[in-house]
Amino acid sequence: MSGVPPALFAARLAWRQLIYDKPKLLAATLGVLFACVLVFMQLGFRDSLYTSASSAPLKMQGQLFLLHKQTEALWRPVSFERSILMRALGLPAVRRVVPLYMSLGQFKNMDTHIQRTLMIYGYDPTAELIHIDDFATFRSELQRQDTALFDVTSRPEFGPIKELIASGRDITEINGRKVKLVGTFNMGTTFAADGNVVMSDLNFHRVFPSRSLDQIDIGFVLLAPGADIAAAQAALLRLVGQEVQVLTYEELVRFEQAYWENSAPLGFIFGFGTLMGLIVGMVIVYQILFTDIGNNIPQYATLVAMGYSQSYLRNIVFASSIYLAVFGFLPGMALSTLLYQVAERSIFIPFPMTLGRIASVFFFILTMCALAGLLAIRKLKSTDPADMFS
Amino acid sequence: MSMIDVKGLNFAFGQGELRRQVLTNIHLSIETGEIVILTGPSGSGKTTLLTILGGLRLATSGSVVVLGEQLVRSETSTRIAVRRQTGYIFQQHNLFLSLTATENVCMALELHDLFSEKERVGLARQILTQVGLEERLEYRPQQLSGGQRQRVSIARALVSRPKIVLADEPTASLDKNSGHEAVEILRNLAKQNGTTILIVTHDYRILDIADRIINLEDGIIK
Repeated sequence: MSGVPPALFAARLAWRQLIYDKPKLLAATLGVLFACVLVFMQLGFRDSLYTSASSAPLKMQGQLFLLHKQTEALWRPVSFERSILMRALGLPAVRRVVPLYMSLGQFKNMDTHIQRTLMIYGYDPTAELIHIDDFATFRSELQRQDTALFDVTSRPEFGPIKELIASGRDITEINGRKVKLVGTFNMGTTFAADGNVVMSDLNFHRVFPSRSLDQIDIGFVLLAPGADIAAAQAALLRLVGQEVQVLTYEELVRFEQAYWENSAPLGFIFGFGTLMGLIVGMVIVYQILFTDIGNNIPQYATLVAMGYSQSYLRNIVFASSIYLAVFGFLPGMALSTLLYQVAERSIFIPFPMTLGRIASVFFFILTMCALAGLLAIRKLKSTDPADMFS
Repeated sequence: MSMIDVKGLNFAFGQGELRRQVLTNIHLSIETGEIVILTGPSGSGKTTLLTILGGLRLATSGSVVVLGEQLVRSETSTRIAVRRQTGYIFQQHNLFLSLTATENVCMALELHDLFSEKERVGLARQILTQVGLEERLEYRPQQLSGGQRQRVSIARALVSRPKIVLADEPTASLDKNSGHEAVEILRNLAKQNGTTILIVTHDYRILDIADRIINLEDGIIK
């Protein structure tokens, strides 16, 4: 390390002190690493639960969506007149409008005969309102009476549907009515629905005979290619009247997320976990810095006697705390990336390691170490060189 | 010209009933290049005098002029300026265990913006060679004997060519031979450079290196 500018002499001394004592360095690194992994996991779980909870609209395909203004969340929509949706056809930019019906229904496990609640979506299968791989291959079958597609990411309590269909057992009961499962798709569960089923609007009416097809839950507006979505939204708002709101896809996703963020107390739980991790990490780093200052009081006092200032000593402690933040963060991030992948595989919820996440956790860890440094610096007050002469 | 000039210095610890007079009416003048040993029984105030002369403790009465600067009732910046021109040797070596002998000596040079890294290392190696550690330049304190460590701290005190060196019981943690060897080196280097040295010690075995011996008893020079 030659050619170090004088401003970094304190940082260099801190570096040499730190790497000299390997066991101490290891302990401090592990402390920071622990805090780092804890924070990453807490934030990861929080975000993935939010994502999962609000995953209902993610696979919906449309440019604009009509919702009743009293609809709070997609799992319990307030219905509105189909005729309101039909008004949208008056706009030249609108290519097609399709109503979506949705309701929680009872699905019978074929093996145990236990009924569980899941979300049932109904729409005209000539439209692709929900993204389903190879939907075209199911289209004609869905148009037949009493058929449905089953979401294989549903909770296992509904039974091994994919295997059952493969083995020819594909008839179950939905709301007490026999329905043939003609295939599977991937959508994802939410806090409100343990599973999902897609069927035609007519079959939906058969499963929910009390529901009139004139009362719809979400109105999908499909625009002509290249149409201005914002302009169409503004025009549509004037057409649909007071009781309905018009959302873009992004607004629909935000709408659902906002509901879960406000209604589920997840923020507090994971915020608390994050804070605890940071406090434990801070105490460990503080202990190590504090002990280290204590062990080097004669050396530091000698520096002061030579003419070094207190700020030089403070810089040594601060530099140490920043090194520890970096030392602990790098392996912590690597380990967390690995754990994210494990979590993704075992609970089927996306755990993305984003750049924003990395930056914010690094900021937390840096702040944690800097605070530990700030606390430890008070120990420097005992470096009075006059005491060195016994 | 005198490096250190003390007139009518009084010093006490504590206030009111707890007040304890440590130094009484001290008059002392030390010339450039002089080697003075300050001796006396424990509690005689010799260490307190040393810390006042070194700018490490603030005196509030009398006159203490060191390197031309009045230290009585002085600003911190004045005392820091005096400290930077003073070399200190303590009873313990106080070396950083994580640094090699060369790096430890360089700590005294990094304080001054006068040298490049290369020059600092060169000066450190030169002075370590002069104290007889040319074979141990890159050794860390725990790889050195007690006498060798104290010689590193002597090198650290002398490397920036201070005008004054203050030493407090420099031989206390050393055996007779290495203790005498260490102060012998100190004296020889000081004589070459015209450095003024004040040593506080109990150790009668090293009295022979002094030009002058001052005896302090109960805060009064005898």
